[in-house]
Amino acid sequence: MESLERILVEHPFLKDLSPEHVHLIVGCARNIVFEPNKFLFKENEEAHEFYILRSGKVALEIYTPEYGPITIQTIGEGEVLGWSWLIPPYEWNFDGRATELTRAIALDGKCLRGKCEDDHVLGYELMKRLASVFEQRLYAMRLQLLDVYSGTTPKIKK
Amino acid sequence: MNHSIMDPMIPHPYKIQRVIKETHDTFTLELKSIEKNGTFSFAPGQFNMLYIAGIGEVPISISGNPTKNGSLIHTTRAVGTVTKEMAKLKRSDVIGIRGPFGTNWPVKEAEGNDVLLVAGGIGLAPLRPVIYHILSKREYFGKIILLYGTRTPQDILFRKELEKLKSRLDIDIYVTVDRATRAWNGNVGVVTRLIPRAPFDPINTIAMICGPEIMMRYTITEISRRGIASENIYVSVERNMKCGIGLCGHCLYGTEFICKDGPVFRYDQIQNIFGKREF
Repeated sequence: MESLERILVEHPFLKDLSPEHVHLIVGCARNIVFEPNKFLFKENEEAHEFYILRSGKVALEIYTPEYGPITIQTIGEGEVLGWSWLIPPYEWNFDGRATELTRAIALDGKCLRGKCEDDHVLGYELMKRLASVFEQRLYAMRLQLLDVYSGTTPKIKK
Repeated sequence: MNHSIMDPMIPHPYKIQRVIKETHDTFTLELKSIEKNGTFSFAPGQFNMLYIAGIGEVPISISGNPTKNGSLIHTTRAVGTVTKEMAKLKRSDVIGIRGPFGTNWPVKEAEGNDVLLVAGGIGLAPLRPVIYHILSKREYFGKIILLYGTRTPQDILFRKELEKLKSRLDIDIYVTVDRATRAWNGNVGVVTRLIPRAPFDPINTIAMICGPEIMMRYTITEISRRGIASENIYVSVERNMKCGIGLCGHCLYGTEFICKDGPVFRYDQIQNIFGKREF
């Protein structure tokens, strides 16, 4: 537990969080390793965890009947993966597959939700940090949608 | 002597020695002067005007090795009337060249610093001479990091060359694509997402960025967030160009001419107009 606490304290996602709150979060955390091609989660499954990736890479995939699984984004070392644990109905929207050996800290969503309900200051702190992750991912996804490298202007009818 | 000094408006004949199909819509032309004593030297970031008789002329960055004299190399995408015709050219065909024109990447100023190169799509081509230059004088530079984003794994430019470079231990290369199937095991996402993890020292880094303007804008936001000062950021700006020597006014950009005062600009010098719709 002590080493988990040290890892979490040093992670940018939890930077400057009070020691008491880090301690509460550590109570919901566990160390986890995913072999290459192992799924962390699958679409429509219950989202009971989220992950702080320590090394490796995870592909977020959507299955399409025409092309099979399409990778929409990869999440790598140092990044936070998953917010479905926070938003009802607490189900994953994509598949998450480790593309290489991936080490992570898994945080139990149900456990954290309970602690956030009991301690709204902790809840607000976590929500602010997750909002920043949402914002960065949304912004990156908007750029991706622009298809800026295609060399053609999207056809929009006036 | 460079042609631009003799008469910048007269195209000089160059024979195509080789055409390399890079991706489905990009290609490289290796050219050699057919004039007596026709040598060509340039600085990384400069461009030439390429002319096809009866079709037209287009500005294209030089993508070859500036430390080697001999053949002249251009890489471009078949996207407009002239470049689509250019894509049909074959070995031994002749085209006209005027140049080199424009400003260059700050390779001298970058000595003693880490160098961050951020390229998007075909924007890797104008940065390739920088890589050649730096590797020819590797000991003068700190860390070298190339972040490259493109559309799909099939659109990766100079793929074999990048793979070879990646095997060197003195350059960090990160590639990401906007979309991919499982056959691609690399990064998926926009190039800006690579910036937080890139191993450079922000206060001693010179950044050179080339790609679609919107990609450059967001890249500047991210690298500024990491602490690179705007006077250490350089961008290559693209506009329609005609004369190449700042006379016709086609490429006027605020108070600057892209062809003469650019295409490479230090960001703080154009910061007030960069990304603004009016310009």
